[in-house]
Amino acid sequence: MPDLKSRPTTTLSLLLRNRLAVVGLVFIALWTLGALLSGLSPYGATQPGAGALLQGPSWAHPFGTDNFGRDLLTRVLAGGRISLWTGLIAIAISLLIGVPLGAFAGFVRGRAGGLVMRLMDMLLAFPSLVLAMAIAAALGPGMVSAMVAVGIVGIPEFARIVHGQVLSLRERDFVEAGHAIGLPGRSILIRHIVPNALAPILVRATLGMGYAILTAASLSFIGLGAQPPDPEWGVLISDGRGYIISGEWWMTTFPGLAIATSILGFNLLGDGLRDVLDPRLRTSK
Amino acid sequence: MSDLLTVDNLTVRIDTSRGPITPVRDVSLRIPRGKMLGLVGESGSGKSVTAMTITRLLPRRNVHVTGGRIEFDGRDLTNLSDRSLRAVRGKEIATIFQEPMTALNPVLTIADQVTEPLRVHLGLSRRQAADRAAELLDMVGIRDTARVLRDYPHQLSGGMRQRVMIAMAMSCEPKLLIADEPTTALDVTTQLQILELVMDLQQKHGTSVLLITHDLGVVAQTCDEVTVMHNGQVQETAPVEQIFEAPQADYTKRLLSFLPSNRERSRTARPAEGPALLEVSDLVKVFPGRRRRGRRTEPVAAVDGVSFSVAPGRTLAIVGESGSGKSTTGRALLRLHEPTSGSVSFDGVDLMALPAEELRAMRARMQIVFQDTYASLDPRWTIERTLAEPLRLHTDLDAAGIRERLAEVMELVGLEAGHLERFPHEFSGGQRQRIGIARALLLNPSLVVCDEPVSALDVSVQAQVLELLKDLQDRLGLAYVFISHDLSVVRLIADEVLVMSRGKVVEHGTVDEVFAAPKHPYTKALLAAVPSPDPRARLDRAQRRELVEAGTKEAVA
Repeated sequence: MPDLKSRPTTTLSLLLRNRLAVVGLVFIALWTLGALLSGLSPYGATQPGAGALLQGPSWAHPFGTDNFGRDLLTRVLAGGRISLWTGLIAIAISLLIGVPLGAFAGFVRGRAGGLVMRLMDMLLAFPSLVLAMAIAAALGPGMVSAMVAVGIVGIPEFARIVHGQVLSLRERDFVEAGHAIGLPGRSILIRHIVPNALAPILVRATLGMGYAILTAASLSFIGLGAQPPDPEWGVLISDGRGYIISGEWWMTTFPGLAIATSILGFNLLGDGLRDVLDPRLRTSK
Repeated sequence: MSDLLTVDNLTVRIDTSRGPITPVRDVSLRIPRGKMLGLVGESGSGKSVTAMTITRLLPRRNVHVTGGRIEFDGRDLTNLSDRSLRAVRGKEIATIFQEPMTALNPVLTIADQVTEPLRVHLGLSRRQAADRAAELLDMVGIRDTARVLRDYPHQLSGGMRQRVMIAMAMSCEPKLLIADEPTTALDVTTQLQILELVMDLQQKHGTSVLLITHDLGVVAQTCDEVTVMHNGQVQETAPVEQIFEAPQADYTKRLLSFLPSNRERSRTARPAEGPALLEVSDLVKVFPGRRRRGRRTEPVAAVDGVSFSVAPGRTLAIVGESGSGKSTTGRALLRLHEPTSGSVSFDGVDLMALPAEELRAMRARMQIVFQDTYASLDPRWTIERTLAEPLRLHTDLDAAGIRERLAEVMELVGLEAGHLERFPHEFSGGQRQRIGIARALLLNPSLVVCDEPVSALDVSVQAQVLELLKDLQDRLGLAYVFISHDLSVVRLIADEVLVMSRGKVVEHGTVDEVFAAPKHPYTKALLAAVPSPDPRARLDRAQRRELVEAGTKEAVA
């Protein structure tokens, strides 16, 4: 066996050797930092009159100002706070409901399991954005309903991943070995099956963050999510929409770039995690 | 006559992500025209890399020939261009692999795959190629050629697939056939038929054969000359009789000493005394048919009315080929797979009637060792955590007590306590098997079901693990149900033998009875099919072939 002694052991140190994942981490870190620091800006995120109306980028206002004279940089950074939270909470909702459902369906199989998965299939059959719009509209427009809507739309994805993982893991010898030493089914599921299914879930959750941010922004764009004057990225683009033709490009470009780079960040990080989470890369000291 | 292939001082370097390694160093071998050379070695000896280098089948980007020549039929293959090499591959040098399922394309019919080389290398028309394909399948002993040609690979048995591979390999009448462990994945009776086929073809067509194998029995029965490799270097090259009768290299001697047939049982089989520990009667396990196009196929009785008993401290071996139901029997009697019917009594307790809770408690006393220990260990857990789990579950030992017991058991199976912090992938195959055994022993069981515990191991490691199992039986008074396809191993360890075929017991007796005077034709066939590591035993080939044919027919009926 080749010498494995000099290899790093933690997921983090492996991740830091992956160049693209580091780029992803940097994007995410920048937006997180920006969101945290946006309160320190000399301008308010929502009060009008930080400067003249519709000014292009300058030293005083690097991203320019909007149609109420608000500083766009401050608004974009503050919007990051809303968007990142939306993504996190939506993914948390998908995970908390999807993972147990999928694990249950995969472990018990039979009719109950089949029923759960057919329900997931029905959810998946709707175009996700349309479903999210329907849920958000039913709950009434607002940030919270956007989070819930995006979260619900993500459930079947996780349920399916976990279901598939559990189905294949339950046939593995180490699960049978668990039965052989007399471990109860519940413990096998929690101690052996779910942790081994976790890697693809974590990868999917990271990739899903990007998607959740995008969907939430889309909902806000069409007025079903965050409401003006909240500086959510979708709202910012919606605000700037009318000014594209008249030449005030910065009002849509900078929030658009914010969405694009944050999604790119999560995608790169997710891909890096997928490579790194292979347990065979792990060694003892 | 000159040699067809000469390899001189070949050295191969492979660049891996962990730096360069040299799996082949200074290797020389020669294959005379029309002869068969056996290339023998344990895993990691470099035998496959050597063979793959001949046709440069390994990726050029990170596999480099750093020294030596490969001369084939007057040309040096090491400096041929990719284009000229492709003309040699398949046409003049054909290769067959261990696992024909992965070497065949699953989405193409057999006809598509057999005709391809004919059209590429020989330029035959579609119709000509189809006719020739049927001829080729006929040549490798496939009877129903029209049907097989229409089939997809998964519809054929392992032996049939390997026949198809050989037909494809022979299609352009190559001068050299490289066979890389061609029968390792097959049952012994099928193995015999495939080896016979290769030898027949070799004699009829004058093909030279390079046979790569870990199995010295196979070499003894087929090859003219043998090259033994170890650690990337050639240890010895000699005619086959000389290798077996007067080996020169130390490594060859050691290898031969590990052969189960060269080792004597350390004790004679002992008759059972006292009441049985395990009594299985009329065990049946039926798998429901699969759903196919809305209909269910016939249910399959994997285990069909099996009865036996095992006394404390004794070993009962269950022998059979793949699909005989031997592993299912092992799992059904532990209720790891719930049996369909039948009764199992363990130490006087009726296992079938036990409620789930009590059955789990009972598991401490009946354990299982898996064939593939790597798969049986949670890859994310250190060995310490895996081994501590049963102790936490069944005993009230505290952390210190667990640590103590682990150290004790690790020593018992010949591992160090320092190994406990490692992950499963950081062990060799033999070490992992020891871990599997350690886990089974932690709770002081009285019965251990060993499911092919040594089949995935090299002969030297196999010998050590068998010794360990025997030693533990003596010290701890364990009873084993030893499931194996390998009769030579069974002869070394079993007290009683149960031969299974298609879910049924065809023969049951003490090890001496079964080996010395087998009654059922299928048992005779199994015994005859084991390749004997004695080149002189080749003389009775015809007789063995007859026994095997009669026995397998009987088994099917």
